[in-house]
Amino acid sequence: MRPLRFGPARPDRPAPGVGDLVILAGIAALLYAGVRLAFFAPRAIAGPEISTAPAALPWYALLSIGRMSIAYALSLGFSLAYGYAAARNPGARKLLMPLLDVLQSVPILSFLPVVLLGLSAVLPQRVAAELAAIVLIFTSQAWNLTFSFYQSLTTIPGELKEAAAIFRLSPWMRLRVLELPFAAIGLIWNSVMSWAGGWFFLMASEIFKVGSHDFRLPGLGSYLQTAASTGNVRAVVSGVLALVTIVVVLDQLVWRPLLAWATRFKIETVEGEQPATSWFRDALDGSWVASHVRARVLLPLRDWADRLSTAPPADAAARAGNARSSRWPARAAGLAVLAAVAAGALGAVSLLASLRLAAWGTLAAGLGATFARVAASLAVALAWTLPVGYVIGTRPRLARVLQPLAQVLAAVPATALFPVILLFMIRLPFGLNLAAVLLMLMGTQWYLLFNIIAGASAIPRDLRDTTDLLRLGRVARWRTLILPSLFPFIVTGAITASGGAWNASIVAEFVEFGGTTHKTLGVGSAIASATNDADYAMLLAGTLALVGTVVLINRTFWGRLYRLAEERFRME
Amino acid sequence: MSETALLTVDRVTKTYGRPPKLFVAVSDVTLTIEPGQFVCLLGPSGCGKSSLLRVITGLSPATEGRVLYRGEPLSGVNPHATIVFQTFALYPWLSVQENVEVALRARGVPAPERAERARKLIDMVGLDGFESAYPRELSGGMRQKVGFARAMAVEPELLCLDEPFSALDVLSAEALRGELLELWSSRSIPTKAILMVTHNIEEAVLMADRIVVMGKDPGRILAEIPVTLRQPRQRKDTAFQGVVDAVYAAVAGKTRPEGEIRQVGRRLPRARLNALAGLVEKLSAEGGRADLYRLAAELNLEIDDLLPVVEVGEMLGMATVSEGDLLLTALGKAYADASILARKELIAARILRIPIVLRIYEALQQDDNRRIDRGYFLGKLRDEYGEQAEAELENLIQWGRQAELFSYDQGTGELFLES
Repeated sequence: MRPLRFGPARPDRPAPGVGDLVILAGIAALLYAGVRLAFFAPRAIAGPEISTAPAALPWYALLSIGRMSIAYALSLGFSLAYGYAAARNPGARKLLMPLLDVLQSVPILSFLPVVLLGLSAVLPQRVAAELAAIVLIFTSQAWNLTFSFYQSLTTIPGELKEAAAIFRLSPWMRLRVLELPFAAIGLIWNSVMSWAGGWFFLMASEIFKVGSHDFRLPGLGSYLQTAASTGNVRAVVSGVLALVTIVVVLDQLVWRPLLAWATRFKIETVEGEQPATSWFRDALDGSWVASHVRARVLLPLRDWADRLSTAPPADAAARAGNARSSRWPARAAGLAVLAAVAAGALGAVSLLASLRLAAWGTLAAGLGATFARVAASLAVALAWTLPVGYVIGTRPRLARVLQPLAQVLAAVPATALFPVILLFMIRLPFGLNLAAVLLMLMGTQWYLLFNIIAGASAIPRDLRDTTDLLRLGRVARWRTLILPSLFPFIVTGAITASGGAWNASIVAEFVEFGGTTHKTLGVGSAIASATNDADYAMLLAGTLALVGTVVLINRTFWGRLYRLAEERFRME
Repeated sequence: MSETALLTVDRVTKTYGRPPKLFVAVSDVTLTIEPGQFVCLLGPSGCGKSSLLRVITGLSPATEGRVLYRGEPLSGVNPHATIVFQTFALYPWLSVQENVEVALRARGVPAPERAERARKLIDMVGLDGFESAYPRELSGGMRQKVGFARAMAVEPELLCLDEPFSALDVLSAEALRGELLELWSSRSIPTKAILMVTHNIEEAVLMADRIVVMGKDPGRILAEIPVTLRQPRQRKDTAFQGVVDAVYAAVAGKTRPEGEIRQVGRRLPRARLNALAGLVEKLSAEGGRADLYRLAAELNLEIDDLLPVVEVGEMLGMATVSEGDLLLTALGKAYADASILARKELIAARILRIPIVLRIYEALQQDDNRRIDRGYFLGKLRDEYGEQAEAELENLIQWGRQAELFSYDQGTGELFLES
């Protein structure tokens, strides 16, 4: 089994093509539609009153968790449907997989202002903000889940699939007996990642406020922000404590038990690997309630569904006939979508044409400044995660102690702590600049750390022994053994990390703090300013420029490194 | 076509992919299976025997031709057939009992009857007491027993076995073969006919009433050999050995003698030149003549692995095949007695007689830097080998390296002459 890597999966596909252009045009069209709606958004938006009383915390925490849960349920449903469609239908796959590949490299947070303004124009303010938060979390959670499910479906061993066919399992039974169990481990691991990523976006959308547009939502994020902004240290401490508690409780009561339960779905057991354990699952296992729910509700429900799905085979023929006749509507719909994309893209171009040259200059400078921050945060993250990750990864005993700790730390969303960072840094020279880099760093270093730990623990023992026997010096050792074997893991981690860093620019470069507005040069601040000034052409230009830049960097720079990693540095 | 046939395969061709990358797995195969027969499909890997099995069971449709079951054309999965898989194909997250029951669930058998039938089948294959165990807790042989129990659960008329013993250790495989033969010959299972795919000649002779020998490029039937020995069969019997030799001759008959060395478009055997040295030395130690089948056993090689090496020997004029025996030629004898250096020169000289190798060598000699990009040769090879060109060049490079004629630089992708 290949060691688990944490980050976006990359389908094997060649360099950018026409499909990418169509997809980017589609994104431009969508954004344009959002901006058109935003024309009708109110000029000023009043936000909710956020209480900093500790008594308000449980309610705020529930609101935040509720948003996350709804978005996660949507993501999971979407992933199963989308992954299934892409895996079983070769025609759909040609469209769905490249689309997914672009979507997962788009900086989602850049859509926040457009989505918020657009929804505010047609919906009551509170509903619009709630919906925008859920849409945003959804877009941050769905892609990796979908990829995971799709990859599981396409890597099911041929003979297991053939056994399902020869014993004529119904589609439902195939899903229950073969496909879901096979995909379970990947889905659960990715759910943990999605959930952690979701917090980042939830907090960002809860605290989003530019000038007269206050889009904040009552929740943990806005609680922390208000507390920090008013200098209420006691409230800051209790808010952070509440957040950490939620992360730990979710980890202990939901994710650990699920992971422990999922070990049964392993195809092969790797020797020397520690099976996941969970005290909560062990407790549930022996409980009267759990065993009764299983015997009285779950098993009868499963048997009922099995019976229902084993319909006479005559049905299948009828269904096949239907599938053939339903080709025309699909084609018509496809054409309609293409036409809408073309119209939207044209509209976007005409709106962009109204921008002055100076605005483009500002944008270019902003992109450069943000790029420098992203690069700086990546460099700092690499500088500390490489040695630390290697040490942890090569010492199993240390890993057992430190890894859970790092996982909890990583699950605390950086965006939630951002106001707290500001509290300390805003007065320093270049304070906002430093704080922005720090936010990017906090959000992204974990991806690098986990990947490097995974990579280091996958270096074969005999290679390390050989290096010892050769008595290689420290530098030679890193150059001949450690860096080459870590390379694929570093690249995977860095792709995810840089994506996260670009995202962070939206909330990091333009902030309201302690009653004043602080901003610094950057593409994120350009987008936020445009939102504040209702400069819709600039809003569209900024968002498109950010999306385009990130996709371009992913496709060219990271794509090339990734291929290099796969071809030259993969341990078989 | 017989009236009574259980299964008729009528001029079936199975291809994968589309013309530029078309791969013919099975070409124009006709075959009938009568009730009461145990038929073996025997051949080297890549001869399309597994593809044929999937066409026969309806798992994948034939590209051309048709499959008739009891005289009716097959469409979709054959409900009267089932497969026992090489890798067992058990669901690892289901217990033994649940794995057997899944087959019954899918047919809508109600719960109490389902559990009872599954228990009886598990008992029949001798796994009583392991109902609640998971596959990973069982040995390979026990897992395959679960595979058999699951297959029997649907009471198939046609039982298909896809190399069912090849993933097992020798002892488990032998035990399981005996148990299957006993179930089959005692008629205690409702199965009407068995079709087994294998590449193990002895196994086929041990079990089958009829052996269908297949060859590759493209997959086709080379011969059909009836086995009339009475069960239980003894491997040591002369009659048994006679059948084994006959089958061996039919399988090995596909290799061609040296005379065809200049034939254009013939693929080089996929074997390492180094292996040839081992074979020639062994043959020399045997006095220059050895039974192919015994040779394979003594070298601990499957026939799939031995035949390409034999083919290399034939191609370079060091050995010939005759009536299931391998004979050392004078050249082979000289090679066996030569020093390491002399051997290298001998091999290099012989290999240069192969036109394609000579062409590469001469092209490299004429180049100023004595380096040429692999793409150049790939283009040339495409004309002769089509989509096989990549693999062919890969093999040629291996040969060139082992004979120290030319080498290959992975970094630049160039072939070059050693200075």
